[in-house]
Amino acid sequence: MSTILNLRHSVLPGFRLSFGITLFWLALIVLLPFAALVYSTVGMGWDGFLAAVGSERVMASIRLSFATAGLSALINLVFGFLVAWVLVRYPFPGKRLVDALVDLPFALPTAVAGIALTTLYAPNGWIGQFLAPLGIKVAFTPLGIIVALTFIGLPFVVRTVQPVLEDLEKELEEAATCLGASRWDIFRRVIFPATLPSLITGGTMAFARATGEYGSVIFIAGNIPLVSEIAPLIIVSKLDQFDQQGATAVALVMLGISFVFLLLINLIQWWAARRHGAGR
Amino acid sequence: MSIEIRNIRKQFGQFTALDNVSLDIAAGELLALLGPSGCGKTTLLRIIAGLEKPDAGQVLFGGADATHTHVAERQVGFVFQHYALFRHMTVFDNVAFGLSVKPRRERPSAEEIRERVMKLLKMVQLDWLADAYPGQLSGGQRQRIALARSLAVEPKVLLLDEPFGALDAKVRKDLRRWLRELHNDMHITSVFVTHDQEEALEVSDRVVVMDHGHIEQVGRPDDIYEHPATPFVTQFLGDVNLFHGRVDAGQLTIGSYEQALGQHQDADGDAAVAYVRPHDLDLTLQADGALAQGRVEHIHAVGPVVRVELQQADGQTIEAAVSKERFRALGIVPGDTVYVTPRKLAVFLKDAAGQQDYVI
Amino acid sequence: MANLTTESRPVRYVLTAVALVFLFLFLLLPLIGVFWEALHKGWQLYLTALVEPEAWSAIKLTLISAAIAVPLNLVFGVSAAWAIARFDFRGKSLLTTLIDLPFAVSPVVAGLMFILLFGANTAAGGWLQDHGLQVIFAVPGIVLATVFVTFPFVARELIPLMQSQGADEEQAAIVLGASGWQTFRKVTLPNIKWGLLYGVILTNARAMGEFGAVSVVSGHIRGETNTIPLHVEILYNEYNFVGAFACASLLALLALVTLLVKSLVEWHLHRQQHASTLRTAEARLQAAQP
Repeated sequence: MSTILNLRHSVLPGFRLSFGITLFWLALIVLLPFAALVYSTVGMGWDGFLAAVGSERVMASIRLSFATAGLSALINLVFGFLVAWVLVRYPFPGKRLVDALVDLPFALPTAVAGIALTTLYAPNGWIGQFLAPLGIKVAFTPLGIIVALTFIGLPFVVRTVQPVLEDLEKELEEAATCLGASRWDIFRRVIFPATLPSLITGGTMAFARATGEYGSVIFIAGNIPLVSEIAPLIIVSKLDQFDQQGATAVALVMLGISFVFLLLINLIQWWAARRHGAGR
Repeated sequence: MSIEIRNIRKQFGQFTALDNVSLDIAAGELLALLGPSGCGKTTLLRIIAGLEKPDAGQVLFGGADATHTHVAERQVGFVFQHYALFRHMTVFDNVAFGLSVKPRRERPSAEEIRERVMKLLKMVQLDWLADAYPGQLSGGQRQRIALARSLAVEPKVLLLDEPFGALDAKVRKDLRRWLRELHNDMHITSVFVTHDQEEALEVSDRVVVMDHGHIEQVGRPDDIYEHPATPFVTQFLGDVNLFHGRVDAGQLTIGSYEQALGQHQDADGDAAVAYVRPHDLDLTLQADGALAQGRVEHIHAVGPVVRVELQQADGQTIEAAVSKERFRALGIVPGDTVYVTPRKLAVFLKDAAGQQDYVI
Repeated sequence: MANLTTESRPVRYVLTAVALVFLFLFLLLPLIGVFWEALHKGWQLYLTALVEPEAWSAIKLTLISAAIAVPLNLVFGVSAAWAIARFDFRGKSLLTTLIDLPFAVSPVVAGLMFILLFGANTAAGGWLQDHGLQVIFAVPGIVLATVFVTFPFVARELIPLMQSQGADEEQAAIVLGASGWQTFRKVTLPNIKWGLLYGVILTNARAMGEFGAVSVVSGHIRGETNTIPLHVEILYNEYNFVGAFACASLLALLALVTLLVKSLVEWHLHRQQHASTLRTAEARLQAAQP
């Protein structure tokens, strides 16, 4: 254990104990199940993998999952930024309550969110009844999936952008004003670029969460094959048919695509950070 | 362009930041606003810039009322204490910002912008950093870029808020000299805020000493240093020894020490305080005509002058600064009793001065 | 010109209104909807739905699995935070990434992994079943899945908090002769108690509300392996909306309590950090000088 510790000796005790507990629990709860996933993948073989993933229904579900996750992340980028902006910059009554409410999707169980949103957006629901005459169907369509994923992802964007907006020095805007810039110029050229990295981070987190989301979606989606059936649901239905291999294959594809997305976005962030120098 | 400030008032809640302040700034002058934190100097600067709106009073630019002119139209350059550089833009884009946000009709061509920015960067000797980001620069470099950025729009007035406040001592000294030279070349009306008396005295044409929202004294640096108008200015400009006594018809009495003053002729036994700077005190071994006596406590002999700390019988400390030669001639060691005589003192009557023992 | 660094009044009002309407439609209305649907047919029906034996058994199972998962992850979270925030060791960032892994995985995939590990047709699952312990489609599986999805919360909350506080106080305590345990109890714990409370509350909320992962491993055996969220699903799919929303309202209440605690904790941390922020700002200022 002493070889793991760095040369900088610490006077604090408890490294062995705390590190041991951490490693043990991590291995048991996280690493072992992952190992099981990897193990069963290895046993699957190429043909089995392609057979499980290649069907039209599976491909459609994966496309749907990523497309709806992407669209909901875009919606959250716009409205999450707006909410963070309003919360940081403008005074209004009940602000603290509203601020606390933003975390609701973190705290509310997904199944509850799912049935609540479904009831609201059903053709006879509080919101759905106004949309139905316009010919807009939300519940039991891909639109409903986007609504649920937007609900789930909102706090990720708000909570990453909010602190950055809070820390933005007033002097930057004053300096720009002194130089003759209009409010719109200042927003476009000073404030927005400064918050962009946090927007990307928040959007990525919302997107990643949305791709795997299950509980809030299955109620509102209607789960029509080829139309509104998401990839996690495919995994569940394959498991219900005791097709573990198929389920694993779909899970792998999803993990792989998510991983590529995360890698790309991390690369962008890393590139931006490098460009702007290490200091503040 | 000249600036006139007329009867400016500014409140922040209960706090009076500026209390009826008036000030004339001549065209082409380099003026320092000097004072302790909270004295209102930064607020005054921000009101001149238009970043803050006064509760009452007027600001005139070149004789024309600019009180209600928006910052963007005042044509002021403002340099912030912490630079306020745009982190996501290169040095070049930072300096070009003011030009590139001009309305399309007034905006110079890209080529012209490039030329002007590079000229400014050469002037601040940082043209080789045009493509760097602010995060990659040192504090001194950032401050010079901030200055170049504010000059790019050819302001009529340059305002600097504690421009060297966040820099370390060495860089600060260099930049000071550099700012002075820059001003000599450009002759743009400039106002800078500082809490460092040395900086104010060294760089500016005139110094405005402020305290508690009003102006204590305005004058040339040497004038202010030699003839401080109030006890506050005396104490704020440097170390000083205090001696309590009385003034009667222009005659100062402190213990057995007596001296005729050229002022306070109508004083009638009023309590007074005499302020003497350490280097205006001479040390002697004779008791005749001495202002006070004390036991030598410490001797700091590092540097060109020797600072001697004396303790008086009542426990008060006196600090005197004498030349190396004088110190050698005296041959004093800690524990000796020595006498001090003032070469020059500033005397203020107690009732007139208000807060007497102002501690900075 | 009242304030230079803000927009004109109409712009402010419009933006605020748009944001508030969005939040109302997307967040508040669903929340109100849950309680409305649960209660609009009267209290009597509401209470009946909750005391019905299957609902009751779901509530019990939810409480049990949370009662197991929360303390386990609490011990783990504190250990991990102590090791990561107080020591330098090789592979620290890898460890931090691995701790976050359960957040990155779809809950459904999490459940799948436990089936692959402990399912009846796997080596481990078969062996355990032969020795009388069924994991999948039984309570142990539900607990495992719950522990997995709530794994990072406490550690995630504590690590940044303890890193920002630094080890100075603990080192001082050790120098003054306190034992490791005394140092932890008397110095560390009081400093992190609010963050710890919030971490526990979050863990608990997620443990009681987890749907996807638990759904995959539970087998949906009514009265036996149903937690509240799973029971909500069954009732909803049977068009028993009052029952579904009655159970859902319990979880919604839990969410509200979580939000309340979060606000309290933030308020406390804010107060606690106010003095130290000033100090940090000064230090940063000095550090910024070349």
